Amino acid sequence: MIDIIEEQNKAQEHIKQQGLRVLVCAGTGCVANGSLKVIEKFKELGANVSALTDYDKMTIVPTGCHGFCEQGVLVIIPDKHVTYVKVKVEDVEEIFESHIKNGTPVERLLYKDPKTNEAIHKNDDINFYAKQTRTALKNCGKINAESLEEAISVRGYEALAKVITENNPDNVIDTITKSGLRGRGGGGFPTGMKWKFTAANRGGKSYVVCNGDEGDPGAFMDRSVMEGDPHKLLEGMAIAAFAIGADEGYIYVRAEYPLAIKRLRKAIADAEERHFLGENIMGSDFSFTLHIKEGAGAFVCGEETALIASIEGERGMPRPKPPFPANKGLFGRPTLINNVETLANVPLIILNGADWFASMGCDTSKGTKTFALTGEVNNTGLIEVPMGTTLRQIIFDIGGGIRGGKKFKAVQIGGPSGGCLTEEHLDISMDYDSLIKAGAMVGSGGLVVMAEDTCMVEVARFFMNFTKNESCGKCVPCREGTKNMLKILEKIVKGKGEMSDLDKLEELAHTVKDGSLCGLGKTAPNPVLSTLKYFKDEYIAHIKDHKCPAGVCSAMKKITINADLCKGCTKCARTCPVGAIEGTVKNPHKINQEKCIKCEACLNACPFKAISKE
Amino acid sequence: MSEDKKTLIIEGKEVEFTNEPNLLEVIRKAGMNVPTFCYRPDLTPFGACRMCVVEVIYPNGRTMINSSCTMPPEAGIKVLLNTERVRKIRKMVLELLLANHDRECTSCDKSGSCELQQYAEEYGIKDVKKYAQKEDWQEIDNSSDCLVRDNNKCILCGACVRACHEHQGLQVLGFANRGSATHVQPMAGKPLADTECINCGQCAAVCPTGALTIKSVVNDVWAEITNPNKKVVAQFAPSVRVALGEMFGLKPGVNTTNKINAALKKIGFDLVFDTNFSADLTIMEEAQEFVTRLTTGGTLPMFTSCCPGWVRFLELQHPDMLNHLSTCKSPQGMLGAVIREYVPQYYPEITKENLVSVSIMPCTAKKYEAKREQFKMEDGRQEIDYVMTTQELGRMIKSAGIDFNSLEDVPADSPFGQYTGAGTIFGVSGGVAEAAARTAYTLVTGQELQNVVINDMRGTHRVKTVELDLNGTKVKVKIVNTLAEAEKCMREIKEGKADYQLLEVMACPGGCINGGGQPLSFNDSNIKEQRAQGLYTDDEQGQYRKSHENPEIKELYDKHLEKPNSHKSHELLHTSYSDKRSGCYIGIAK
Repeated sequence: MIDIIEEQNKAQEHIKQQGLRVLVCAGTGCVANGSLKVIEKFKELGANVSALTDYDKMTIVPTGCHGFCEQGVLVIIPDKHVTYVKVKVEDVEEIFESHIKNGTPVERLLYKDPKTNEAIHKNDDINFYAKQTRTALKNCGKINAESLEEAISVRGYEALAKVITENNPDNVIDTITKSGLRGRGGGGFPTGMKWKFTAANRGGKSYVVCNGDEGDPGAFMDRSVMEGDPHKLLEGMAIAAFAIGADEGYIYVRAEYPLAIKRLRKAIADAEERHFLGENIMGSDFSFTLHIKEGAGAFVCGEETALIASIEGERGMPRPKPPFPANKGLFGRPTLINNVETLANVPLIILNGADWFASMGCDTSKGTKTFALTGEVNNTGLIEVPMGTTLRQIIFDIGGGIRGGKKFKAVQIGGPSGGCLTEEHLDISMDYDSLIKAGAMVGSGGLVVMAEDTCMVEVARFFMNFTKNESCGKCVPCREGTKNMLKILEKIVKGKGEMSDLDKLEELAHTVKDGSLCGLGKTAPNPVLSTLKYFKDEYIAHIKDHKCPAGVCSAMKKITINADLCKGCTKCARTCPVGAIEGTVKNPHKINQEKCIKCEACLNACPFKAISKE
Repeated sequence: MSEDKKTLIIEGKEVEFTNEPNLLEVIRKAGMNVPTFCYRPDLTPFGACRMCVVEVIYPNGRTMINSSCTMPPEAGIKVLLNTERVRKIRKMVLELLLANHDRECTSCDKSGSCELQQYAEEYGIKDVKKYAQKEDWQEIDNSSDCLVRDNNKCILCGACVRACHEHQGLQVLGFANRGSATHVQPMAGKPLADTECINCGQCAAVCPTGALTIKSVVNDVWAEITNPNKKVVAQFAPSVRVALGEMFGLKPGVNTTNKINAALKKIGFDLVFDTNFSADLTIMEEAQEFVTRLTTGGTLPMFTSCCPGWVRFLELQHPDMLNHLSTCKSPQGMLGAVIREYVPQYYPEITKENLVSVSIMPCTAKKYEAKREQFKMEDGRQEIDYVMTTQELGRMIKSAGIDFNSLEDVPADSPFGQYTGAGTIFGVSGGVAEAAARTAYTLVTGQELQNVVINDMRGTHRVKTVELDLNGTKVKVKIVNTLAEAEKCMREIKEGKADYQLLEVMACPGGCINGGGQPLSFNDSNIKEQRAQGLYTDDEQGQYRKSHENPEIKELYDKHLEKPNSHKSHELLHTSYSDKRSGCYIGIAK
């Protein structure tokens, strides 16, 4: 049996040998912003240095996602407690010369508080991070995601060693049950109970499947874990396999996550080489083989039965439950399916105990939850907070408030399956049950913040368009119902809606929710139902007054030129892409409403503010 | 109450259940019902149409809506079939489907037997234009000789896709695209005729709407009948007699042989012969061929060749195995040849030229078989001009205004109208083998088999293996129905693991009695057994039970053919096969 503590000591020693560690984010967001070049440049400079002030060398660590993607490329020097944001390859030399060599921070590259505009010198003072509780994401951005050594140095595989040594699978399940961990992928089903159901079928072949088919628009917590701390996921899966008596597993990852797939593949190969995975793990009798299955990009394959069908090589269509995968899953065998974030929490619970986990969060929702914060907030990105944190804390503390000083209007929680919540919900506890009660859901944790200038009918249309496109086409209510709901919403945003459409929409929404086969259809009407509930007046304004109160729906916009203010400079007429503006030099111009496409180009072009929209 | 007997409550009534696969079967067993499009007792439940949704109340008070076809029955639950919530779902499903449907019911082949039409009426759907109307019109696929595919009437219940895959191990039909663009299409988007489709028609037999129908020749046959210059001769297959009555309110399995004779005569057919006669003829030839192969070291196992779906399957998937296939034509093919050759000799007013040969079959693939190159005559015509299915005959009788049930019995015409019990059981899986055994016994031993019923060969289940003792000569027979099972046999043989000498294959589940051309019956899980019983009763009640005892068969050999497998027999009654893969899109059989 491998002595994991000895391995850990060795790994930590190895880290110490690295000298000054400069962490450069190599998550998908930062890579897109050019972090690979930043890393190259740092390496180039580091290679030429013989001695730094306090260190004899410097190591550039390409890490997983820090969550603050909007501010990428992020460079963090932990020993100097500093975070540099929006770093370009041109800035590297300055950081190196000024800060690393001479100890003077580069002020202009520091994060600035959105309210005070003051540069923040210390990592811990950045609200975005300071107000979070990072557990599942703890190592993301702190270690080299492609190094098993670094994973071991931060207690990687210690929990697995522990469960194998103790050799009491039921005890593992008890611990998970006691911790109160619930599924982080959407449903919130108690994880321990799921494990118990699957374990009841021990004896024959069974599988552990990790659902990494993260499909909600804007959500990327699973990707971050897979890219930033892949070994934690592998360890979580191995513990689950040990607990339920499985010897084979699949990680289902969407093919749109090439970096995650690459890192997972490397992590599996590395772990197998060290006997942390594969045959006779750590020298014990326990074996667990892992495969990666790349999904082809269907949103519905995040639904567990569709995911199973997809792994089996069948068309990704959900199958009715019961029978549940715990009894009849992959290839007809008992199968445990958990989402990435859920599994990433497992090693932590085993190491720190069920009570530690249960001490975070609230009554029925324990632990922490990651959220992908996007939309009209100052700080967007990936965050992790204890369950039960309020929307207000997330949006105004971590998120730094609404962008551009606008007024908060609503927040869409839980992706296209979730619902819209409003100002009155800002103080409700963000947990599974409170959100369901309010008409939304935790889902995978998408949070789209909307300001006063967002049209809620358009939001409903946007999400309905998404679910209609992603419906697998199997069951009638979802296939035909989403199509028809979308048609009605399109009619309304075009200003052609009738009041009877609202009844039809509501009837469809309720029946599609009631009658659909799988979770996709059962939740697809949520954006419609919640916007109808909280913003019905907006729907009515579109229909009765032919007006979009937020001024978003172009079909109802009217752009006009105030003849008193217009000087006849012709600039607007020359800017108009469709030639809708008529008039002669030095005479007031006029917009031909028939031709106008409401692009607002003229509005921005007019030097005299003579053009306005209504 | 025994341990495996549990109860649940449906609509307030306590209902016992044991091993029913799903709640819907329990509901039906209790004498109640819920509508469904996609549930078919012989296929894997799909749960897609959402018509069979019920409200389930658990003992802890939790209520849920679930499709009863996919839900395993659970003890102690309360099931409500017609609550407001579930009726709303069903009604909306119907409204949505109808909005997106080609509603030309008057000209639809399924009108009257369409489940969508039926439920729309039962649920009082009046506003079919409530939701967005159909936009994506697709071309009708008329390429097949046997089936017509009209996607504009498809409601995507997936029954055809499952039937093709689960019964035949093929994936001729599958889903393409996603969401509201989903549609059923033949493999690789090809026309049906250019695929590995074996024309079994099981897809059409489970289709609740007019999306998959049988290509009808009823109007062509009427034209021949009303043409004074033509003499129209009919033959009809064993299984037709025990199923046609269903279209006239009779129970499945009721034998209507003599009423069919009468109806055909009334419609205007000049002569009516019986394919049961040529089933006997087939046994004479096939039993002799088998005994010859067995005793002279010929290719074994020998495969039966009566089923045109199976023959095409072999020509497409396993052309290297064609030498196993008996060279005997099917009973339809044999009688077709015999009618052409000899009817003019018995009926002088009929000539080879004015004779129109029509067969009535339980089978859609027989339409394809009749068009085989091998059955082409010197003048370019086919030995059989038209093949109608049982369904088409039923429709013809109705349109002729005949009161089927009150028809006086009429016998078939001679000299090809008499049959034995061996001929009649051809329609059920195992029947060909059983009939062959009765005659092979005599051929091998020179004695008559006393106990003619071979029970182990009976039953509609998919696989049967029987060892026969022909007075010391041991012969092992394997009987399978569905090509999914036949494919397993092919692998067995190729791997050298087959220990049998005769393989009987019928493509349709249970045999011809359940053919793709039989009257539609979507939800009677017992219908195969009832029709099979009809044939077994016919066998039991007949004067003769062995093919070689049929007096008309004896006469045919005495006067014309000399003896089984003679030169003349080979000329008329045997055929050849060929590799048909070229030009066809072949997938991988499972």
